[in-house]
Amino acid sequence: MSNTILRVGSVTFVFALWWGFSILNQHMKFFPPAMIPSPPEVIEAGWGIRDKVPSDVLISLIRVFEGFVIAAVLGIFLGCLSGTSRVAENLIDPVLEILRPIPPLAFLPIFIIWFGLGELSKVLMIAFASFFIIYVNTYQGVRYADPLLMRAARSLGAKKRASFFTIGLPSAMPEIFTGLRLGAGMAFFVLVAAELLAADNGMGFRIQEARWQFRVDRMFFGAALIGVVGFVLLGALRRLEIRLLAWKPSRDEAR
Amino acid sequence: MSVNLTLANVDLEYGSGKERVIALTDVSIQIKAGEFVSIVGPSGCGKSSLMNMVAGFLSCSGGTIKLGNESISGPGADRGVVFQEHALFPWMTVKQNISYGPKVNGWSKKNIDARVAELLDLIGLAGFANAWPKQLSGGMKQRVAIARALANRPEMLLMDEPFAALDAQTRRMLQDELLRIWEKTGTTILFITHSIDEATLLSDRVAVMKANPGEILDVISLNLPRPRDENSNEFLEARRRVSELLKRASNPI
Repeated sequence: MSNTILRVGSVTFVFALWWGFSILNQHMKFFPPAMIPSPPEVIEAGWGIRDKVPSDVLISLIRVFEGFVIAAVLGIFLGCLSGTSRVAENLIDPVLEILRPIPPLAFLPIFIIWFGLGELSKVLMIAFASFFIIYVNTYQGVRYADPLLMRAARSLGAKKRASFFTIGLPSAMPEIFTGLRLGAGMAFFVLVAAELLAADNGMGFRIQEARWQFRVDRMFFGAALIGVVGFVLLGALRRLEIRLLAWKPSRDEAR
Repeated sequence: MSVNLTLANVDLEYGSGKERVIALTDVSIQIKAGEFVSIVGPSGCGKSSLMNMVAGFLSCSGGTIKLGNESISGPGADRGVVFQEHALFPWMTVKQNISYGPKVNGWSKKNIDARVAELLDLIGLAGFANAWPKQLSGGMKQRVAIARALANRPEMLLMDEPFAALDAQTRRMLQDELLRIWEKTGTTILFITHSIDEATLLSDRVAVMKANPGEILDVISLNLPRPRDENSNEFLEARRRVSELLKRASNPI
């Protein structure tokens, strides 16, 4: 209960701070008032482009979803390979360690040249960005699965392959889920960057458009919209995680 | 279910050259079907390694380990293992944990359900079939671990200090319960412990090991009637015999 009060309280406080400052700025003119719109103005701006919002959100979510699914499938698959086989680990891991530090945005121009300005280049970049964190977490989770549990499974008659699918993989689920959650965040993160640079629709593009129109209130609305959609998306993922990992002792009940 | 466990001249070595460590040397013991044998010894004497070899997690450098006429070459459903930590699968309910063995061994669903019900009844946790391990106390977890190890109807049960992590009262309760389960199922038990009291209370025979290199110093037949009274003279006398041998094992002259 007190957790909820603190959480709601802190969000309310930051919101109030913004609102208060924007009103203060309208009177004191630290900056031109149009540069720091108040919350009602931002909502009004959103209302002004309401016919575009649903399709923007939808197209952006589709891009995130497609990229994320590609990343999740590849990341979990390769992570499992690296985590279970020394040979696979030596083949896969060094290559990925070299690719990993390259910012995903550096690939966007290349992807645009290769695949054009269409959806594919953006989706691939999103996949590229969220792949690594999913791969690394899966790999670590599988690689360091509790050897005691593996022994227990083997002693109960499970063969190597069965013990991987019934024990190794499930025991890595918390790590895999952490990877998926971070990967989804990453996908969302680069989505907006990709849309700023190379799109003619979507939530990120709408901010870029507002910039050309010099409509700071619309830019604020665009940013807020991304924040809210991301919050809902990651919250849903977190819910799913809590439900699927209900077996796991939480911080409050760890013994 | 009438198979002996035979260890003949078992050696275990790690490394080679100057790094070579002899963990166990020339260990021989035969355990009859249905017998309850404990192994005690100072830490580092290799008693856990010995159990790991019988379980099939480790292979011996020399000698043979046979269950009946079969040489042990890896872990298998004919030997149930109970570890010091309960080692329950945390994402499985009590029921799923117990049915894991029969399931991977391809039992029919009907047989699995019957077996699980029977074992839940045996350990007195019928009401907890759908609980997760995290919801159980330490003693309950270890009881589930015993049931899980028994589920395949193994020839024998290997227990590696299974009660060492429990508080004294719970440990005492589980010792009684283990004896009850042993008498009811007639399974052979190889029990590792560092507690003289525990070994004397539970076993038909106690093998005492010494360290550097690890070997069996002697095997004591307790010849104590059951149920055992821990305050009887016979019990105290038997306990003294184990304790003296262990003292010799810990301070080699």
